Amino acid sequence: MSTFEKVRDIVVEQLGVEADEVALESTFIDDLGADSLDIVELIMAFEEEFNIEIPDEAAEKIKSVQDVVTYIDQNK
Amino acid sequence: MSNRVVITGIGAITPIGTGKEEFWKGLMEGRNGIDKITRFDASEYHSQIAGEVKDFDPADYIDKKESKRMDRYTQFAVAAAGMAIKDAGLDLEKENLDRVGTFVGAGIGGIETMHAQYEKLFDKGPARISPFFIPMMIANMAAGQVAINYKLHGPSSCVVTACATGSNCIGDAFRVIQRGDADVMVAGGTEASISQAAVAGFCAMKALCMDHNDDPKHASRPFDKARSGFVMGEGAGLVILESLDHAKARGAHIYAELVGYGANSDAYHITSPAPHGEYQAKCMQLALDDAGMKASDVDYVNAHGTSTHLNDQGETEAIKTVWGDAAKDVSVSSIKSMTGHLLGAAGGVECIATALAVENDMLPPTINYETPDEGLDLDYVPNKAKAKTVRAAMSNSFGFGGHNACLLLKKYAE
Repeated sequence: MSTFEKVRDIVVEQLGVEADEVALESTFIDDLGADSLDIVELIMAFEEEFNIEIPDEAAEKIKSVQDVVTYIDQNK
Repeated sequence: MSNRVVITGIGAITPIGTGKEEFWKGLMEGRNGIDKITRFDASEYHSQIAGEVKDFDPADYIDKKESKRMDRYTQFAVAAAGMAIKDAGLDLEKENLDRVGTFVGAGIGGIETMHAQYEKLFDKGPARISPFFIPMMIANMAAGQVAINYKLHGPSSCVVTACATGSNCIGDAFRVIQRGDADVMVAGGTEASISQAAVAGFCAMKALCMDHNDDPKHASRPFDKARSGFVMGEGAGLVILESLDHAKARGAHIYAELVGYGANSDAYHITSPAPHGEYQAKCMQLALDDAGMKASDVDYVNAHGTSTHLNDQGETEAIKTVWGDAAKDVSVSSIKSMTGHLLGAAGGVECIATALAVENDMLPPTINYETPDEGLDLDYVPNKAKAKTVRAAMSNSFGFGGHNACLLLKKYAE
């Protein structure tokens, strides 16, 4: 599975959205209905899945699925 | 002049049935909701039995994402609130929601969530605790989520008084409407604590029935000589309380009028009730005085009746103290014989059972009543539901910490 597909599956599981609603350009808050608590939980789930650490400064800049995929691909 | 308050809606999730019809049918049949625990492997626990809710799927009532953010105890409350609102025929779009409030409590709160998060803490460290841990676990979140889900902006709170929680919530909500701070209140209790540490903790106190692991159907036997402890249950019981004026203005169906509320404390011991039910008797008297009624006007008592040695003994003595010569005429039953003890939800589901008894002139039985105990000689409505005119009925709840709460319901008449 590509990074995007793995990220998409986590987003579907955590946010209760359908897979086809999740695109690279989707933003977590505006497009996928997440709130600040969801974002914290999502970041934790990405950290576990990809075995990386996303520091708070980096997490704060993550707004979209693309942001996460880029960060993971650069840091894994 | 305080407002009169009536019960106009019912939402019940119980081990003997979900929804008003199934719950009442179960009560009238003497349905037994006690069985082996399935929510976790209880094979090493001293008590391995409980009244579990087996027919509940949160997806039937709550949006999937929202429901994921709720502990089971809150899911029960949000679902039961929806049932009660619907049953009352309340059209929330037409209501002034600033005047609709929420008093929903739990005796314990989100203990399944707490268990899961402690496992994470110990296995993976503090950085892996979910941001939803606290908002799912805290005991006020049933009230919070009911208000959020139905956009109820009136007074929102929760009383946490162990096994008296549901009754205290309903009683306090009754006062809110009496004094005019809201027109409608969603009130009652919820609990989902058939969870490892909770079961082990109640076992350690020797409060649970531990001698019927192979015969769960006969474990909960309030007032019977062979009673040996309570059986844990789970669920939620919420009612819609409404000012009489508000109910009449919208032509609502009225189950019963709530006319009296007593609340006090044994101030005696953390878990044992005071001997002879002295302050339980005073609490029942407070409810009668609040309504300006006499004990002899009350035909039925829905007992706390936990099936523990001390409760059933003390509660019987308390009823005899208050009713005096009329004790031979009052009928007393414990639905915990069928549902188990729903802890914080008990007062809620039992208020519902009481309201339906008042409405239908039918009394739910105390099942598993086989052998009378010395001095416990009231009419416990043994084993079969019975028809009886119920002019008024009392619902008792007594909680660890000495919390006593009694609600008095009366047949509604202009």
